[in-house]
Parts: sequence; structure tokens; C-alpha cells
Amino acid sequence: MEFGLSEEQILLQDSVNRYLTEQVPLDRVRGIAAGEEPDSAVWAELTELGIPALLVPEHLGGVGLGLLDAVVVAEVLGRHVTPAPFSTTAVMAALPLIDAGMEEELASIATGELRIGIAFGETIGARADAGITTNGDTLSGKCLFALDGFADCYLVAAADKSIYLVRADASGVTRNTLTTIDKTRTTCELLFDSAQAKQVSSDSTVYERALDAGRLMQAADTLGAAQAMLDRAVDYSLQREQFNRVIGSFQAVKHLCADMAADLEPCRSLVWYAGHAMDAVPEEATLLACHAKAHLSEVGQTIAKTATEVHGGMGFTDLLGLHYWFKRIGANRQLLGSPEQVREHAARIQGLI
Amino acid sequence: MDLSYGPKYSQFRDEVREFLTTHKHLQPPPKSEQRSEAVLAWQRLLIEHGYHSRTIPQQYGGFGAEPDIIKSRIIAEEFSAARVSTGLGGQGISMLVPVLLEMGTQEQKQQFVSATIHGEMVWCQGYSEPGAGSDLAALSTKAVLDGDEWVINGQKIWTSTAQIADWIFCLVRTEPEAPKHQGISFLLFDMNTPGIEIRPLVDMTGNANFNEVFFTDVRVPKHQIVGERGQGWMVANAILGHERGSLAPPDAARSRLNGVIQLMQSETISGEKLIDNPIFRDRLMKLQGRVLAMQYHDMRLLSARINKNQDVKLAKMIVKLIGTELRHELEGFAIDVMGEIGLAYEDNPYVRNGGSWQYSYMYYLGLIIGGGTSQIQKNIIAERGLGMPKEPKVGAR
Repeated sequence: MEFGLSEEQILLQDSVNRYLTEQVPLDRVRGIAAGEEPDSAVWAELTELGIPALLVPEHLGGVGLGLLDAVVVAEVLGRHVTPAPFSTTAVMAALPLIDAGMEEELASIATGELRIGIAFGETIGARADAGITTNGDTLSGKCLFALDGFADCYLVAAADKSIYLVRADASGVTRNTLTTIDKTRTTCELLFDSAQAKQVSSDSTVYERALDAGRLMQAADTLGAAQAMLDRAVDYSLQREQFNRVIGSFQAVKHLCADMAADLEPCRSLVWYAGHAMDAVPEEATLLACHAKAHLSEVGQTIAKTATEVHGGMGFTDLLGLHYWFKRIGANRQLLGSPEQVREHAARIQGLI
Repeated sequence: MDLSYGPKYSQFRDEVREFLTTHKHLQPPPKSEQRSEAVLAWQRLLIEHGYHSRTIPQQYGGFGAEPDIIKSRIIAEEFSAARVSTGLGGQGISMLVPVLLEMGTQEQKQQFVSATIHGEMVWCQGYSEPGAGSDLAALSTKAVLDGDEWVINGQKIWTSTAQIADWIFCLVRTEPEAPKHQGISFLLFDMNTPGIEIRPLVDMTGNANFNEVFFTDVRVPKHQIVGERGQGWMVANAILGHERGSLAPPDAARSRLNGVIQLMQSETISGEKLIDNPIFRDRLMKLQGRVLAMQYHDMRLLSARINKNQDVKLAKMIVKLIGTELRHELEGFAIDVMGEIGLAYEDNPYVRNGGSWQYSYMYYLGLIIGGGTSQIQKNIIAERGLGMPKEPKVGAR
């Protein structure tokens, strides 16, 4: 019996962590967030570590790993607020393509050449003047907050939870960037006017699994981001002096940090188990993905606020860049279903509604 | 991630199930007196089969098995699933016996271990004092050596089971000149010794779960000490650490959560089932997420006991804080969903689940405070877990 990460998973975690620490530090994240460098450069570099190829089967040039491995990667990406389309291209898109046996596209994902954004927003919660309709192999309508503003293609969910692949440059597709607080990842609005698309799946369980995986990646990303904020808060409190003492020696500050650690530590086990469930305990996977997403949204929000407070006025400035983590956690909370919506889903699948 | 216990344990699980099937009918009826023959016989049976005091050496009355965390876990799982009593607990069994096995003399082990685990000898714990709560090392009950006897004077508080205990394990100050942590000794003595007075301490639940115990010139033989003079603090810390983890087990939280769900599915207010109220349902789901997190956290801690390379130093420190706070909130949530019925208590004919929601809501507030308050837990997490500085000592001796 072993509950935790395997040696291989710890190696994966360490190698991605080392790479990001050295090659994608906060200064580089700032440049990408400001549009001075495309995030595709980071994605291309991550192919050397096998990150885009993580879930792609080995015979297609992939690494052939599972969702718990993806959890490990997402956590490290969150820890470094890395601008990369991991949860979209490498996870949410890869899973339905594997089910559909779309080998050409999967091989291109593995090499980092193909980026696929996710347009599930209208199926999760349709806005008044948005929504997708299908007519044979064409899409019409509008999807807000599609994930990844720079993708080559999008997986679009229609109202019946069937999934279509559409090229961003196909005729009848208009893409408008939607600015959010989180500049480390991008979102857009997609307008379809009888755009040519290819059906990937008509099976709602394929859509559900991709959504579960996406929510789980958000939870893992928040886990890493919140851990980074806590670590920074503790470090800062041990350097900053007021009243002739480091502020970390005041009980008020210590208890803020202890609360963060106590809330976050069980989250690690929840997120790991949710990853394991997606790989090995399918009957529990959706419930765990929902709870991981919802619970990490709440804990993440509290830590984002508290860690900023521990930094005092400096936490509020742009100088330390703490706000990149604050905003990343905020985006993970809102996208792919708010915590309230996700908990409602958790209740529904248990027959409580 | 490998959550199976492996094939070699499936046979053991079958053995436990077999035992439960054939012996279940012998377990004592609910609310049996602690010293009734039914309780003692069941206890003997459990020890004989290795389902209680499993790793305690046979020479001290235990079963004498090698420690095996997974076998212990399987026993707990199967007894819980079959809703069968796991036998006696209490501070003598859970706290004193491990200490005696580690630090007691040969005579002390012979005299106390077997009688304690068999339920023939009931203990209470004399640690806290009116002036020594979170700062336990400030305790002032003193023991002075007079010939071959300690003469004890002072007062203890929060002494559960004092009214039924045969003996007490007690922290007393024997070296008043030494620094406070080095002046304490760990004594064992008979609760029938002249000079001991017990007063029940009624708490907010309406029950006397605890007592105050007063000592006036209580004379105790000199050799009834565990460890050396002045080592009592070390002994006490070893067992307090043991206590903290076991105050709020996650399986019990899950079972209470299922209890709330049943309540919400059966109760109605204004014709609406409580579970159909979206606000209550959202709060329920929030709690379920937290209970699940603690359940997997517990699996991680179990795993770390088997796989020594897993680092759970910080993970262990949060269990008492989060476990008790979560449980208090969970019990309080059940009260909230019931509305005015949630107030019902004791003989109220509308009371639900025997008043256990109100009782546990209050009792867990007691546990948030007892065994190291939440604030003390946070100091421990910050200082030992996160490496933050200790408070500057004011007036330290």
C-alpha cells in the first residue's frame, strides 16, 4: 500500500520544477504576460520534457502517462505561474482525441506543433446571447471564454455535449481576445457562422471526462500556486522587520501562516486521489474532480488573500509580482464552472438532487 | 499510487471476518458498565485473538504480535464495517501502557500492563491544573519526599474518569528549584489513597465528562515513579503526541456526514425536504469536500507509516486542528438544517438522533480546546512545521 507519488512521478515533478525555476522565472512570466514574448516559446521548450505529449500514447510519439502524472505537472506549472496551454491541449483536448482515435492530431500535439483550445463554456453555463448550434458538420453561434487565445484549433462542445474540432482560421470563425485579470493564460470569444467542423464525439461521457480532467488540472494548478504563495509569505515574514523583530515572530502572523498550511496540506491528498480515481477508480472520478475543483477554489481564494496580507503593502504592489499567483488562483476558480456550480454537480451525481 | 493491501493480507481479512461472524453475538450490549462481566469477557476474547493489545508482549498479557500497520488497519476496518465493539479504550490503555512499555521498570510493567489492558484496572490522567493549561509545564501540584514516601499537595482539573478510576498517572513538581520543564516527575498512585477528593465538573453539555481532583497530604510510595525525578515532562510529551492524532478520526467524520445526509433526506420544513434547499445542499457539499480531503490525508499518513521515505512532518501536525474544527462545524451544520428542532435536547420528544448533534457540537468545542488548543496547534505548525520563530519568553524561569 502506497498513497502518494511514485519515484517516477517525483522525478517528473523535480525535472519540470528545475526547468521552470531556471528557464521560466517570474521575470520571463512578466514578459509573456505583457505580450513581449509569445507563450508558444515556453510550450516549444516544454516539449523537450515531454509535457505536451504526456497523455498521448507512445506509438504516436507520446509519453503515454495518466491523469495523476498530469496532476503532478499541473501543480508545478501553477507553482511557477507558467504561461502554457497544458490543461487545454495536453489534457482536455488529448483525452477526447484518444477516445476518437485521431492519431494525426495526437501526434501533432505530442510534438508541440498543434495547440487546441477548449470551448466548453456554453455547455457548462450558457450566457443569454451565446450558445452553439450544429447543423451537420457546421457550427453556428457564440462561445465566451474559450480557453487559449492562441490555439490553432478548438474543441467546441454543443448543447447536447457532442464535441467538435474546428480550426481557428476556418471560414466562418471569428476569434476575439477576451482580457481577464490572469495574464499568464489567455481566453477568447469564438463566433461561428456555419463554420466547418469535424465531430470528435457524440458521447456525453467523453465530454464529461474531459471536463472532469480540466477541473482537476485547475485544482492541481491552484494547489501549486497556493503553495508558492504560502512559501513566499513565510519567507517574507522571516525577512521583514518591524518593531525591531521579524514580523514572522508575531503570533498574529504565525497563525495566518499556520492556517494556510493547515488548510492546504489535506488538499494535496484530495488532488492526488482525484488523479488516481481518474486513472483507476472511474466510478469515483467525477465526484472527486468536482470536490477537488470546488475545495481548492475555496482554499486557494483564502490563501491568495492571506498570503498577500502577510506581505503587507508590498503584497499589493507589482514589485513582488505576487499578484500573478493571486490572479491565477482567481481564474482557476471562475473558469469551467464556479465552485457553487461544481458542488451542485457533485450533489446531482450522488442523487441528492 | 497503490491502494491495495496486497494478496497476503486478504487471508488475514478473511480471518477477521470469520471471527466477527462467529463471535459477534458475544459483544457486550450497548451502554454496558465498564466493569461488567460482559465487557471484561469480550475484552479477554479480543486480546486472545489478537484484535486488541495486538503488539503488547505476551509476558505482559498482550497478544504479542509483530507490529503490522496494515493488519491493525484491517481489524479497524472490519470491526467498523460489522459495527462490532473494538473493546476498551481510555487513557490507561491508550496513553499509560505505551509509556510503561517504553520507560517503566520491569516491576511496573508486570504490575500494571496486563491488568490495564484487560480492563481490570481503570486509570485517570492528572496533568492539567487551574493554573497550568496550555502552559502545562507551569504546573504547581507539588510532591515532597518524606522518608520513603512522596507527599502530594495541589489540584488537578479536566480529569476524565476520575470518579471510576482505580489509579492515576500524575505530573507533579518535585524539583522546585529546577527550570520548569526539568522539575516535574511522573507518579502513579491509588485513587483510594487518603487525602484525595474528587468533584465532578459539569460542562456545557450538561454532563460531568470531567472532574476536579484535590490532593491534601497524599502519601505515595517513593518507587511509584516512571522515569527518574525531573523527567516527567519528557514522559508526558511522548504520550500527548499520541493523543492528538486520535481525537477526531476521519472515518467518524464521514459517518456523521452520512448521518446529516439521511437527516436532510427525511426531514421536511414547509413541505420541502431539507436536501432540496439549495443553500443547505451547497453547505453540505462544501463539508463533504473537506471530509474527503481529511480522509485521503489520513490515507497519506497511514502510507507514510509503512513507507518511511514519505515526508509527512507538517501533514501530521495539522490533524488535531483541522479534524476537531471540521467536526464541530459538521455537527453545527446538522443543527442549522433542522431549524428549531435543532435546539431539542435531553427529554424533548422532538429530539433527533438522541440529541447527539447538539451534544457533539458542544463536545467538539471542548476538544478544540482540550489536548492542546487550536491556538497552540497553530504555534506548533508555524514553529515546527514552517520554521517560524518562537514567541520571546516573558518571565521564563
